[in-house]
Amino acid sequence: MLGRHRCATVFNGLASPRFSKGRRWPRRPALTRRLLSLLLVFALPLPQGARAAEDAWVEQRQEMLAAIRDMAATTPLDTGGEAMSESVMAVMGRVPRHEFVPERMKPLAYLNRPLPIGHGQTISQPYIVALMTDLLDVDAEDVVLEVGTGSGYQAAVLGELVRKVYTVEVIAPLGEQAAGRLARLKYDNIESRVADGYYGWEEHAPFDGIMVTAAAGHVPPPLIRQLKRGGRMLIPVGGRFLTQYLMIVEKDEQGAVTTSQVLPVRFVPLTGEH
Amino acid sequence: MTVEAVAGSPSGARAASPPYVAIAVISAAALAYEVLLIRLFSIVQWHHFAHMVISLALLGYGASGAFLALSAEVLQRRFVTVFAVNALLFGVTAVTSFLLVQVLPFNPLELLWDPAQPMWLALVYLVLAVPFFFAANCLGLSFYSFSKLIPRAYGYDLIGAGLGSLGVIALLYVLKPGQLLMVIGASGAVAAALLTAGGSVRRRRAVVGAASVSILVLAGLAGRGVSLQPSPYKGLSHALRVGGSELVEEKSSPLGLLSVVRSPLVPYRHAPGLSLNSTIEPPAQLGVFTDAEALSVITRFDGDISRLAYLGDLTSALPYQILNRPRVLVLGAGGGADVLQGIYHGAGEIDAVEVNPQMVALVRDDYGEYAGRLYDRQEVRVFAQEARGFVAGSERGYDLIQVALLDSFGASSAGLYALSESYLYTVEALQAYVSRLRPGGLLAITRWVKLPPRDGLKLFATAAAALRLSGVEDPERRLAWVRGWSTSTVLVSNGEFSPQAVAAVRQFCTERAFDLVYVPGIRPGEANRRNVLAKPLFFLGAQAVLEHAPAEFLDSYKFDIRPATDDRPYYFNFFRWSSLPELLDLRQQGGMALLDSGYLVLVVTLLQAVAASALLILLPVWIRSRRRISSVPAGTKWRVFFYFMAIGLAFLFVEIAFIQRFVLFLSHPVYAVSVVLAGFLIFAGLGSRYAQREGRSGAWRGLLLAAVTGIAGISLIYLLALAPGLDALMSWHDLPKIMVTLMLIAPLAFLMGLPFPLALTALGDRARDLIPWAWAVNGCASVLAAVLATLLAIQLGFTFVVLSAIVLYAFAAWVVGHSFTDREASIG
Repeated sequence: MLGRHRCATVFNGLASPRFSKGRRWPRRPALTRRLLSLLLVFALPLPQGARAAEDAWVEQRQEMLAAIRDMAATTPLDTGGEAMSESVMAVMGRVPRHEFVPERMKPLAYLNRPLPIGHGQTISQPYIVALMTDLLDVDAEDVVLEVGTGSGYQAAVLGELVRKVYTVEVIAPLGEQAAGRLARLKYDNIESRVADGYYGWEEHAPFDGIMVTAAAGHVPPPLIRQLKRGGRMLIPVGGRFLTQYLMIVEKDEQGAVTTSQVLPVRFVPLTGEH
Repeated sequence: MTVEAVAGSPSGARAASPPYVAIAVISAAALAYEVLLIRLFSIVQWHHFAHMVISLALLGYGASGAFLALSAEVLQRRFVTVFAVNALLFGVTAVTSFLLVQVLPFNPLELLWDPAQPMWLALVYLVLAVPFFFAANCLGLSFYSFSKLIPRAYGYDLIGAGLGSLGVIALLYVLKPGQLLMVIGASGAVAAALLTAGGSVRRRRAVVGAASVSILVLAGLAGRGVSLQPSPYKGLSHALRVGGSELVEEKSSPLGLLSVVRSPLVPYRHAPGLSLNSTIEPPAQLGVFTDAEALSVITRFDGDISRLAYLGDLTSALPYQILNRPRVLVLGAGGGADVLQGIYHGAGEIDAVEVNPQMVALVRDDYGEYAGRLYDRQEVRVFAQEARGFVAGSERGYDLIQVALLDSFGASSAGLYALSESYLYTVEALQAYVSRLRPGGLLAITRWVKLPPRDGLKLFATAAAALRLSGVEDPERRLAWVRGWSTSTVLVSNGEFSPQAVAAVRQFCTERAFDLVYVPGIRPGEANRRNVLAKPLFFLGAQAVLEHAPAEFLDSYKFDIRPATDDRPYYFNFFRWSSLPELLDLRQQGGMALLDSGYLVLVVTLLQAVAASALLILLPVWIRSRRRISSVPAGTKWRVFFYFMAIGLAFLFVEIAFIQRFVLFLSHPVYAVSVVLAGFLIFAGLGSRYAQREGRSGAWRGLLLAAVTGIAGISLIYLLALAPGLDALMSWHDLPKIMVTLMLIAPLAFLMGLPFPLALTALGDRARDLIPWAWAVNGCASVLAAVLATLLAIQLGFTFVVLSAIVLYAFAAWVVGHSFTDREASIG
């Protein structure tokens, strides 16, 4: 329907061709990765309490993954796609989401729900992040622009999948906080700045993918210009806590632009023969 | 205990008669507070809390009834002190409750995500009921202590409330909502001070002292007023967080708080639904937020038309592809974008209608230079009027009537307008618009795209229904519908679309990457090509509305897309109970975005109202009944319960339904509500005073039956004759319209004022211990009625609400067909 071609999903868990420099953990099969991460945790000179805490996060992250997986399995989406790509799932299982939420929200970090992060902004619900990332359909060598850094979580997820992420945030305190956070977590392939997202990031254009997570009344023409031919732009449309639908803007090899709108949920409003 | 006994008791500080003026002041202040809270909540949260505010105010009244049931006898011995203290507490809590609610972490947007949110909502509900509790203590204790003078006191109560509902509107023009809150706080102290005139010197000094201090403190604060903190998720809050942005002007009136924001570093570039093919950046704009939301912009215009080219790339530009130099009527001019769009397309004449005069003044005067003297141009005329009223009152014909997109996307998308009555998009409205079109003229309405299709589809169905009702046999030849990725525009033509017009629509879509949803002669392959959905739902929906049995389709659709009517003016509500289980199942995946949160807030409010009124009103009375009124026969108690429950529900049902009918007639959302409300309260107050004179003669049951028969008769006549009758008078001027309204309300409200005091008086004579119980049950009914009336109206319409009220009144009359008390029954 969307004419999207899915990258080969990585089921065998071998190191993905989408290897990225900024990642924190090497890619391994799920079980091995789990053990490895535990080993790593134990090997690091962490105080006992911190280590136990890290364990708890890993466990919660696994539960979050299970929730997303359940949902993706029972929801053959409007997108025409099947299950969520394994590479995206693997990344969702690695990025420490609790590091991207305010202290008091940490216990809720891995629940499958959006959370307020201050400044009237939210961190999207994990299922939506996974879905949007999946729909952006990126490759390991891609360069991606994100408009609306927010907490930085979406950038981090993308950062593990692509070569380079540029991310722009208009609200200064939010952008600065996210930049600090991404640096602390060693996401070296993510570059951020506080700026008006309308103009994208001209110096690094064109982009293979653009994710516009900021509220947008219309799609800024400069962003469409900065989208590479054959590239894809993704815009979640809706309120801060609810995503109504996802808009995908595609630019074909001739430069023609089409969009498609996708519900994050399988819901047919017509009943009976209609 | 009788009044004489109270007056003669030794502790002094007694009043020989109720403090009528203080009663009126408290009553006025409480009603003003209710209206003000709706205003305040529209600013800091969203409009749909209006229903909650009405309900919680009534909860406070009901809880007070229960409280008095337990303690009135003790309290009446210190009537003056108790009244004064409660009046003071009303004033203080009116301010502090709101301040407290502002710091609670309540966020309606998280209602479905955060299990703590329903608790915060409940807390908001309870905290804000507190001031009304204290106000009602003053009133209820007066009634209890002076039972023989109840009708007169009740009359002052209602007349005070009527004046309060008018006064608050006047004051909202002079004061900002935050300042008015302080004034209401101070009025509690005024009432307390008024009361002490007859008290002992020592007590008088104490109360006068406390009152003066309160007045001084509140007056001091009133200079600045309480500072309002809109939800961080509202448009204004977001705009002000952007670097370099500043609030340059604020204007306040009962119609809304207008906030003008300048954002030089990150310009607004407001162009909803701009074509993806457009490469033009809009000129500089000033943001104007209404109640911290609903962004409208004033666009910088230097006379260079080419800078406005982006306005040709919106879906709303469609009619200009068909019409040449049209005479245009813009309904909802806001910051003037649609007027600019007309100028860009070379419109011959433009009449712009905007309901808020302060908005007009911003564009014409305050930022007139900035806006390029838009409203002073030769071809432009501006009218500060409500849209329906203007259309009804205007004789002019137009080539194009453009209904602008004024609600903000965010709030619309969250379903926050679901509970707002809107007479802009009803079948009758569309009929009226089309009747103002010259031959071949176009009505263009632009709405946000919602997925799955709701908003636009409902509009399309409404347009088709309006055409059919106007006698058009082939609506499919007079409709067109296009959509972009975020907006869609429906065209209704006064005449068939020509092949040239259809071709122009096609070309418009091709050039701007919009999609055809419907044009006469559309082929299936033409739809859903550029903004692609998995299924061509818009196209299928449009076909179903036009070709299949539309009623069947509308009924089977999983959202409520039945055309809105003047009787059921809830265009923005799409919620259907039958879809709720499926959507709740899907909620984790985003199914919640498909639920209209406004409606859910109303449902949650009803649940709260039931729980809170049971807990705070009925439970205490039940405790009391074990202790005190166990001697009263059960039959009497039940009769009192059903009677006061029925008339409590019925009074508000009738009032709310006819307020809506007259709001449309008076064509002004604010004055209309206050005029109608004041009319109901004042005439009901007069009815109550009449009941005092006539009701004591023992013939109260005869009078009651006459009243109920009269209410039923008048209501039925109004249901049948009011709509066509008022439509004929729509074009009259405001003053005669207000007079007609009051004349129509007078007999109905007068009769509606009778049942409550008549029965209370009868109880005072025969079963006085049941008065607080009656008061409580009536309060409890009102708490539910305020929410229930809206829920019923959304599903079934206001006609149904009025019919329910008639049945309830009849039931009440039947309940007391003989008497409240078995003793009297056996005598009489």
